[in-house]
Amino acid sequence: MSAVTNAEKVKAGSAWGGGRSPFSIEYGKLMMWIFLLSDAFTFSGLLAAYGSIRFSNSDNWPDPDVVFQSAPFIPSGAPLVFVGIMTFILIMSSVTMVLAVEAGHRGSRKEVTKWLLWTVFGGLLFLSCQAYEWAHLHHEGYWWGRIPTEHNVNFSNLFFTITGFHGFHVTTGVVINIVVLINVLKGTYERRGHYLMVEKVGLYWHFVDLVWVFVFTFFYLV
Amino acid sequence: MTAAENTTSHEADHSSMPKGEIWRVFFILLGLTVLEFIIALAVPETIMSHSVKVIIYILLTLAKAFYIVAYFMHLKFEKLFFIYLIVVPTILILGVVATLLHEGDYWLLIR
Repeated sequence: MSAVTNAEKVKAGSAWGGGRSPFSIEYGKLMMWIFLLSDAFTFSGLLAAYGSIRFSNSDNWPDPDVVFQSAPFIPSGAPLVFVGIMTFILIMSSVTMVLAVEAGHRGSRKEVTKWLLWTVFGGLLFLSCQAYEWAHLHHEGYWWGRIPTEHNVNFSNLFFTITGFHGFHVTTGVVINIVVLINVLKGTYERRGHYLMVEKVGLYWHFVDLVWVFVFTFFYLV
Repeated sequence: MTAAENTTSHEADHSSMPKGEIWRVFFILLGLTVLEFIIALAVPETIMSHSVKVIIYILLTLAKAFYIVAYFMHLKFEKLFFIYLIVVPTILILGVVATLLHEGDYWLLIR
């Protein structure tokens, strides 16, 4: 009996006629997730290449505690301190992003603006730290194709390629955040009746944080 | 169904995380990172060998990844089939990592 009703429903187009999401997730969010999945594969490819090249040169690989042991005003002897600050900044900016999404659910334009501004600030702060670190390492003699010690030069190549690709993601994240922020200020989403765009850029921003968690472990800790 | 109706029903399904919950996840992420720092800086390798440390780092990293994806990216609260859609393909990543690390070991061996 119910099979008949279902068949009739299909005929009438209510079940298969479109207009409802099988995942009850908005189209743009679904597409963002699929993009992030493909991006996760890209980063995994880079990190897996890093792993295999490091394994094949494990007798000649620099010690991260020696390479990364300086911070502003601390020339040496402080391993992990600076990258710890960078990690904290990125996690913090993820929190402000969730708070922006939460404010968007309540439709509070003022609070969305405030938290998005903090997120952009955190992103820029992280990029400044990374620029400092790159400049410092470059000054010490690390660059693509260059290493100041006798160790394998692929350490430099992989470090700058992978943190550079991540930094590029942070940069685009900051740009997209600013575009969304301008739309928030213009009242575009208020007129639309929802702040789903903030959620979508939020997904991207958390993904950037997620990638950093892995980069941090495999470049600085292991 | 219009876009506006769709949104209303969507928001009814999953209300966003309350602020207390956001800060709880933040302190978990911070705590796990601090734990990594303690293991890296304060635990000598005579007590804990480097390979044990690496295993702990990877487990802590995966725990952090879980909290970011499940709570910040809200995946835990989506439909079960959507969770599978995102999580299952990442098994392929484990495959490529295992294969390439094995290759790396082999390259070292034949050099």
